[in-house]
Amino acid sequence: MTASLDPSLAARPWFAFTPRTVFTIALLAILALFPLYSHVTGNTFILTLFTRVLILAIGAVSLNLIMGYGGMVSFGHAAYLGIGGYAVGILAKEGIGSGFVQWPLAVAASALYALVVGALSLRTRGVYFIMITLAFAQMIYYVAIGLDRYGGDDGLTIYKRSDFGGLIDLNNRTVFYYLCFAVLLASIYLISRLVNSRFGLAIRGTRSNERRMRAIGFPTFRYKLAAFVIAGALCGLAGALLANHTSFISPAIMHWTRSGDLIVMVALGGLGSLFGPVIGAVTFLLLQEGLSRVTEYSDLILGPILLLVAIYVHGGIGGLLEGRRRG
Amino acid sequence: MLYFIEQCLNGVQLGMLLFLLAAGLTLVFGIMDLVNLAHGSLYMLGAYFAATFATLTGSFVLALILAILASLIAGMVLEVIAIRPLYRRDHLDHVLGTFGLILFFNELVRLIWGPEGRTLSPPSQMLTAVQILPGVYYPIYRLVIILATLAVAGLLYALVMRTRLGMLIRAGASNREMVGALGINIKLLYTLVFGLGAALAGFAGVMQAPILTVQIGMGENILILAFVVIIIGGIGSIRGAFVAAIIVGLIDTVGRAFLPDMLRLVLSTNAAQTLGPSLSSMSIYMLMAAILVFRPEGLFPAASR
Repeated sequence: MTASLDPSLAARPWFAFTPRTVFTIALLAILALFPLYSHVTGNTFILTLFTRVLILAIGAVSLNLIMGYGGMVSFGHAAYLGIGGYAVGILAKEGIGSGFVQWPLAVAASALYALVVGALSLRTRGVYFIMITLAFAQMIYYVAIGLDRYGGDDGLTIYKRSDFGGLIDLNNRTVFYYLCFAVLLASIYLISRLVNSRFGLAIRGTRSNERRMRAIGFPTFRYKLAAFVIAGALCGLAGALLANHTSFISPAIMHWTRSGDLIVMVALGGLGSLFGPVIGAVTFLLLQEGLSRVTEYSDLILGPILLLVAIYVHGGIGGLLEGRRRG
Repeated sequence: MLYFIEQCLNGVQLGMLLFLLAAGLTLVFGIMDLVNLAHGSLYMLGAYFAATFATLTGSFVLALILAILASLIAGMVLEVIAIRPLYRRDHLDHVLGTFGLILFFNELVRLIWGPEGRTLSPPSQMLTAVQILPGVYYPIYRLVIILATLAVAGLLYALVMRTRLGMLIRAGASNREMVGALGINIKLLYTLVFGLGAALAGFAGVMQAPILTVQIGMGENILILAFVVIIIGGIGSIRGAFVAAIIVGLIDTVGRAFLPDMLRLVLSTNAAQTLGPSLSSMSIYMLMAAILVFRPEGLFPAASR
């Protein structure tokens, strides 16, 4: 077994009382109690900010499946946010307001796009893969700019949020926040079930040594493609949430720097750990928000921080909490 | 037909600029195995340097020379401070670190030069158009870009293929441990190569500056095109970068000029007007996808990789 060679494949107890677990539980507790805090203090801005954090965390969690567990560094993940968002926006504009139609379609469209892009890009590896995923995202970005009927470059305002027929009211901030929180927890659960299944072991094995996996009879291409499509579909759902959150969708959401942001969140939180992307998303977005309040030139500080993380921090913040030194 | 020739020349001119960027990227990747997203920032810096030097000296040529020198120095300093520690890390960390550098440089430029764009005018005698074929007039400045870049490409070829430094660069690309073991100062070599790439990017930035506005983020979209160029050409191959740059430049420019008209034959004018530009932007990526399907290593795969 390769398990002895790659620490990430070794069986870990599902619960261990480490600083990391404490931190994760505390983070989740804080996230769960935010609406209460917001209600008591009357600070609605913070709830809006954290709804965005939760949604992007879902995107980061989905990217982590392919990047962290599968070793596929996709530099075009923001494309799914856009596809999911545009699915909601376009349907809303055409008068189809039901979330039961919009959301499944957002997920399906993202999955279909991921299938095509994955089938082409997974023929390559390494830097070629990074760049081809980037280029495909750039292509879909130009498609969105060309959608003249749906706002083109200026974007599309969504006048009515997805309608779930009295089941959930998305116009209620607190309800929407908890919906995002629930989707985030559900996606983490889904990923945890996936990566600990036979499928997940095959994906992680492929990251460690693809040739060996093929030699013992795994059709690695199909496994990788399946993971790629699942990640895309999940991020498409995040896109649908994001469009409902901002009531607006524009090509800017698919700009390649947004894909960069998602990579940063995953890498910052720690690759290939279940809650890492959540920690990364919270840290990155709060850092961005906090720095922009302190100084007008916030990226002057944020940029070097990312560089230092790339150079010195192995395994992101999650790794720091575990005191882990890897790589 | 005359319009077609003009557009083709514009395409070649864009291709030449892409080559300048792609050559630096492909050298840095081929030799140091570094994915450098911040390459577009050096292109932007070059243009800003030139705008400043042009104001100070009042001469475009002097500004060009000074800006290239400044880009070279900026590149070498950047390599020593920020890039060198990244070599040991994997590609993902390169992406993360150099993405941070893009944020840093965009903000730095905003701090130093302010948020408004700058303009840079070429020497006045280059503003006129010249008759290159009977009935075909073409701006001298664009011709100068094409010729100057061709000269630089020739120099680069001579440097890499005919000089001792070039020999070391090629040796470093195929086996860096061996080059280091033979007593070559590999760190200095890397710094020089990175500086060379930065100077090429700065040169591209200066040459393009009079055609477009000098502004924050100007290097980002063209950087993606340069990535496409090195993927099509084959990573690590300068010859591949040259051929691919011209192909990409031609497709982008000619597509942008003629696709709307061609679409008008089958679609309404309005639809063609909006679909045309985005379709021509997409065509490059479709070409890249097609090439990757049939030749995953690019048109001219570098021999050692």
